[in-house]
Amino acid sequence: MLIKIRSSLDIASSEITSESAYLNRRKFLSLSAAAGATSLLPSSSLFASADASAFQNLPSVNYAPGEKITPYETASTYNNFYEFGTGKSDPAKYAHEMTTKPWSVVVNGLTDKPGTYNLEDVLKGLELEERVYRFRCVEAWSMVIPWVGFSLSALLNKFQPSPSAKYVRFETLNRPEEMRGVRSFTSSIDWPYVEGLRMDEAMHPLTMMVVGMYGKELPNQNGAPLRLIVPWKYGFKSIKSIARISFSETRPRTSWEKAGPSEYGFYSNVNPNVDHPRWSQKTERRLPNSLFSPNRIDTLMFNGYEEQVASLYAGMDLKKNY
Amino acid sequence: MNAKTAHLMRWWFIFIACLAPLPYIVYRLVVNNLGAEPAKALVEFLGETSLIVLFVTLAVTPLSKFKMLPSFVKYRRMLGLWVFFYASLHLLSYGMFLVDWRNFIEDLYQRPYVIVGALAFLILLVLAVTSPRAAIKKLGKKWKRLHRWVYLATFLVVVHVYWQLRADYFEALVYFTFFVALMSFRLDVLLAWKSKVINK
Repeated sequence: MLIKIRSSLDIASSEITSESAYLNRRKFLSLSAAAGATSLLPSSSLFASADASAFQNLPSVNYAPGEKITPYETASTYNNFYEFGTGKSDPAKYAHEMTTKPWSVVVNGLTDKPGTYNLEDVLKGLELEERVYRFRCVEAWSMVIPWVGFSLSALLNKFQPSPSAKYVRFETLNRPEEMRGVRSFTSSIDWPYVEGLRMDEAMHPLTMMVVGMYGKELPNQNGAPLRLIVPWKYGFKSIKSIARISFSETRPRTSWEKAGPSEYGFYSNVNPNVDHPRWSQKTERRLPNSLFSPNRIDTLMFNGYEEQVASLYAGMDLKKNY
Repeated sequence: MNAKTAHLMRWWFIFIACLAPLPYIVYRLVVNNLGAEPAKALVEFLGETSLIVLFVTLAVTPLSKFKMLPSFVKYRRMLGLWVFFYASLHLLSYGMFLVDWRNFIEDLYQRPYVIVGALAFLILLVLAVTSPRAAIKKLGKKWKRLHRWVYLATFLVVVHVYWQLRADYFEALVYFTFFVALMSFRLDVLLAWKSKVINK
């Protein structure tokens, strides 16, 4: 089953990597090279190869063919990362207060290899690649972003989850002294931030663990040093700055399910036919937009990845399982 | 400095202070400094400005009780009109730049905060229209009662803000605290007035 999906994706990807996307990529590479030259600190990289080039010249697949890639400036300054405040520009302002080096990930639950791992060990042996995905926020805005990472399945397989594991649960770092949003006494989120996937969703080849974007390391506001990307789900499912991965038989309760059970479900698949109680999900604003052009486009079922993922939800009532 | 000069200076001070947010936001708009969604940032800024000036307007009466401060009651009408000015720009820019007209009715149904905001605006509109001296004269005693609706408008605006929040209620808490503080002062006045009537 998985093999079949992968092969269909491979065919599609070789057909869809357009010349303009390739040229765009060149532009990003030269931009990031310039950024690298001006950076003052010799980066103590996460990777054994120890330099920024680890994120460049990677095999790249465009899963948003024909769509314009969002400028890096937009993707790195317009963020939701409530650990650093609820304003869109707060994460870019304050996420640098978070220490990401060193970084460790706790792995526990139904696994044969529980433990606390250094990020370097977690990533060892995993081949990086670039994938351009559409990114759709539950707030009805969207971007197109070239992520750098690998399939989550490759990572999870390293931990040998037991066959009884039905779900995987993720936790964001919870360090109030470095996170002003966590310190806020008026926040309605129960920290740490928790997200989860069904095991088959987690093992789907489109589900990605991300360490970089636009050919460089992830900025903190985008979830450094390790984040999830599930391109067919609303952005809040793609948990940032992951510090714990747990396998369980029961469905984890996510932060947004706790904060607003009628507004945010466990699945939260992008679905233009199921509205958020407070706004329509039929359309989205592709960012950046301008005063006179909201750049409103129709939202696609499963964010345009219906062909690849619809079978995961065969027979399910998506209105009930929002 | 005679009284007239002092009055003129205060008038111009308030006028310029209230006008300043407009060139500020237009400048940021022109130099493209409002982020990925400039329309949204603009609409939010105009709304916030309107609410802040509204709180300042409501604070004028309580502050006038402190005799050591110069009285600003004279400028309350101008402040109120600035509230209306920014609320109008807020609504106008919302209508021009943010509304998805394709799904407007449906959106309205799903977004009660829009309705609450619109109700608050209607109240402000009535108050602005009845603010000239001629209207005050014509309405007589009714004018004061009519203009107390500003408290309902303020409450609706606070709800308007609260219903848009997703996870952190700090902003709403600040506004609500201001509102309660101002209302408690008015209750005070109300009780004093009541006992005065009873003692008669």
